[in-house]
Amino acid sequence: METKNNLLISTSPHIHSPISTTKIMWIVALCLLPAGVWGVFNFGINSLFIVLASVVSALLTEFIITRLLGRFTLLDGSAFLTGLLIGYNMPPDIPAFIPVLASVFAIAVVKQTFGGLGRNFMNPALAGRVFALFCWTEDMTRWSPSMLSASDAFTGATPLSQGPAEFLSKSGSYLDLFLGNISGCIGEVSVLLLLVGAAVLFLLRIITWEIPAAYIGTFIVFAWVFGGLTDGGGFFRGDVLFHTLSGGLMLGAFFMATDMVTSPLTRKGMIIFGVGCGFFTFIIRFLGGLPEGVSLAIILMNITVPLINKFSKPVKFGLVRDNNNEAGK
Amino acid sequence: MKKIMTFPMGGVHPPDSKEYSNSFSIRNAPIPSLAVIPMQQHMGAPAECLVNVGDKVEEGMLIGKSTGYFSANVHSSIPGTVKDIQEIYLPTGMKSKVVLIELEGEFRKPGSKSDDWRSASPKDLLDKIVNMGIVGLGGATFPTHIKYNLKPEVKLEYFVVNGVECEPFLTCDHRLMLEKTNEILEGIEIINKIMNPQDIYIGIEKNKPDALAVFEQTIGAKGLPFKVMPLKVKYPQGDEKQLLKALIGREVPSGGLPLDIGAVVSNVGTVFAIYEAVCLNKPLIERIVTVSGTAVKTPSNLKVRIGTKIGDLIDECNGVSKKPGKIIVGGPMMGFATADLNAPVTKGTSGVLVLSVREANLAGELTCIQCGKCVAACPLGLNPTTLYKLVDHGLYEEAKAESLFDCKECGCCAFVCPSHIPLVQGMRLGKFMVKKQKVK
Ligand code: SF4
Ligand code: SF4
Repeated sequence: METKNNLLISTSPHIHSPISTTKIMWIVALCLLPAGVWGVFNFGINSLFIVLASVVSALLTEFIITRLLGRFTLLDGSAFLTGLLIGYNMPPDIPAFIPVLASVFAIAVVKQTFGGLGRNFMNPALAGRVFALFCWTEDMTRWSPSMLSASDAFTGATPLSQGPAEFLSKSGSYLDLFLGNISGCIGEVSVLLLLVGAAVLFLLRIITWEIPAAYIGTFIVFAWVFGGLTDGGGFFRGDVLFHTLSGGLMLGAFFMATDMVTSPLTRKGMIIFGVGCGFFTFIIRFLGGLPEGVSLAIILMNITVPLINKFSKPVKFGLVRDNNNEAGK
Repeated sequence: MKKIMTFPMGGVHPPDSKEYSNSFSIRNAPIPSLAVIPMQQHMGAPAECLVNVGDKVEEGMLIGKSTGYFSANVHSSIPGTVKDIQEIYLPTGMKSKVVLIELEGEFRKPGSKSDDWRSASPKDLLDKIVNMGIVGLGGATFPTHIKYNLKPEVKLEYFVVNGVECEPFLTCDHRLMLEKTNEILEGIEIINKIMNPQDIYIGIEKNKPDALAVFEQTIGAKGLPFKVMPLKVKYPQGDEKQLLKALIGREVPSGGLPLDIGAVVSNVGTVFAIYEAVCLNKPLIERIVTVSGTAVKTPSNLKVRIGTKIGDLIDECNGVSKKPGKIIVGGPMMGFATADLNAPVTKGTSGVLVLSVREANLAGELTCIQCGKCVAACPLGLNPTTLYKLVDHGLYEEAKAESLFDCKECGCCAFVCPSHIPLVQGMRLGKFMVKKQKVK
């Protein structure tokens, strides 16, 4: 690029679609906000501190590291988004040092070690959460009850750790699950508000249907066919509604599995990725020792993305010779 | 109702920005007092210069002779004296010999229209096209006679007239279709006589309903066997490959030509030039140029003599309304930016666009976030982000193996990239480096 008489010389194209990476990051963050507000409302002011602690420490870590590298990247919104998601994935009463360390780990180790935005192969927020889960398992699985739940919710159990039968008889209804009158991580409980945010992202074409649909669809099929076996009920008796509405499935499927950096490039690849996420979420939830499988499942699939990309290349134009014509042969 | 067609894979929807100029009739640009006429205005070998400094030339006189089959004739667009012969860089980055002609003397009287072609042989008509220096006016400037010179054993299935004009801002083909409908149709009849295809399609995008209507009507009234095909608006439908995929459902093989799938495509501007060449005995010395963009005071469609300076055209449109940030020769998706207001209009110049400073300023580049938007947008099913990375790392041969050379630089990938990565620039660099290594 050079300028003579102040006229810019650059390669075509000379116009550009209005979307930008920075806009994408901030819009995703904005679309996450309602669900977080609900979380604070539901679990109390302490959860706000948790979210703030993660955001601030993520931003600070990013700032310090990029500063050392002579860059400034806070405005691109990616560090903010990572911090926000880590906060959302924390239980409301966790000691604040855990989200702080999770954020530092996410930004410093998972993101910046590989060169910053776009180069990490795992979703930093999820890696941060899983890191915390392994280091401080007890803290990460101690839950405070929803303040809004009308029933006598007892401390120490999310709907998932209770299972459908116990939850529905003792703690709440499907509607509570949908609205978020339950215990769980700060940002994951309100399915309704997460769906509202996701709808906006769909309308703005920031996320496409492939990953969430394949993810949730696959999970539903497995939960329906086999879920009944562990919950008691048998084949084809899984409580699909309960399992889709609880845990971090919605947050994961719409906001974390769709992370562009760590998901495949093509539509075909995205569907494979989504199916994989759904399958592993099912495996971990129903057969693994952990009550929640979303984070691990997505991370697992993140790792396979280069492989998926290799096997889901787009079909090149002009290679299909089904042209049924004689002239060209 | 007719089915409205389009191509299935990739493509983008930039704002078409045609409203700036599509309601203005074509008017004559002033005759240049000095015409700068390049010998290289077409794809292929440059023409051989036939004149010397000091020579007197007439309007329409042959001054550059085609140097073989893959080349084209060049004519003087004005009467005058050859003032100088130089080598300059054209906005496309190509270096070319140019003949500078100073205006002087008489213009030709426009001849009366002749219908003799109806009794002429296809060979004579083809010769006319060669002599008159006709090349594709859609932008690629492929010498037309090569396309039309079919081997005797080939039976052409489709001839497609390209009235798509998918580049934003450009309206020269649109205006031509409205104002010269009869002439274009006669041009198609001439081509029909040369190649005798089984079917003739005229493809026009839906954002030109008036052009669709006038063609339907006139063809109906004249009882011609041509089919008007409405197309959905999508860039780059004006590309031969995408247009044929949309209309006849076949894919031009990688590295091949439309003829490989039984079709020949010509732009409406080319068809009109053929009409003028054959019926009026007029060489290709003028073309329609859209002067538009957000910073031009009076966007216009001008009939311009080849060799007119682009700066003169901007002046003819009352200059700029805002501080100009970028001048583009061609369309905004595939055109070339230039800072040289003396650059001449050539046979391939479909537009001169002036963008304001605000639009010209490039947004900062970020790293690739692997969003896949470029992959989804590529109409040729390439993987632009991977190609870009390969080129960036100097792995040119690997990029070539990933079909780098199929890329036609349509710009869809860079248009959608949220990180504003100059993907097309990468593709060009990659191709350049591969060619360079081959030369070594
Ligand atoms: S410029 Fe090349 S790579 Fe990019 S979309 Fe067009 S053909 Fe595909
Ligand atoms: S559109 Fe840009 S950011 Fe997205 S994958 Fe392609 S090159 Fe990367």
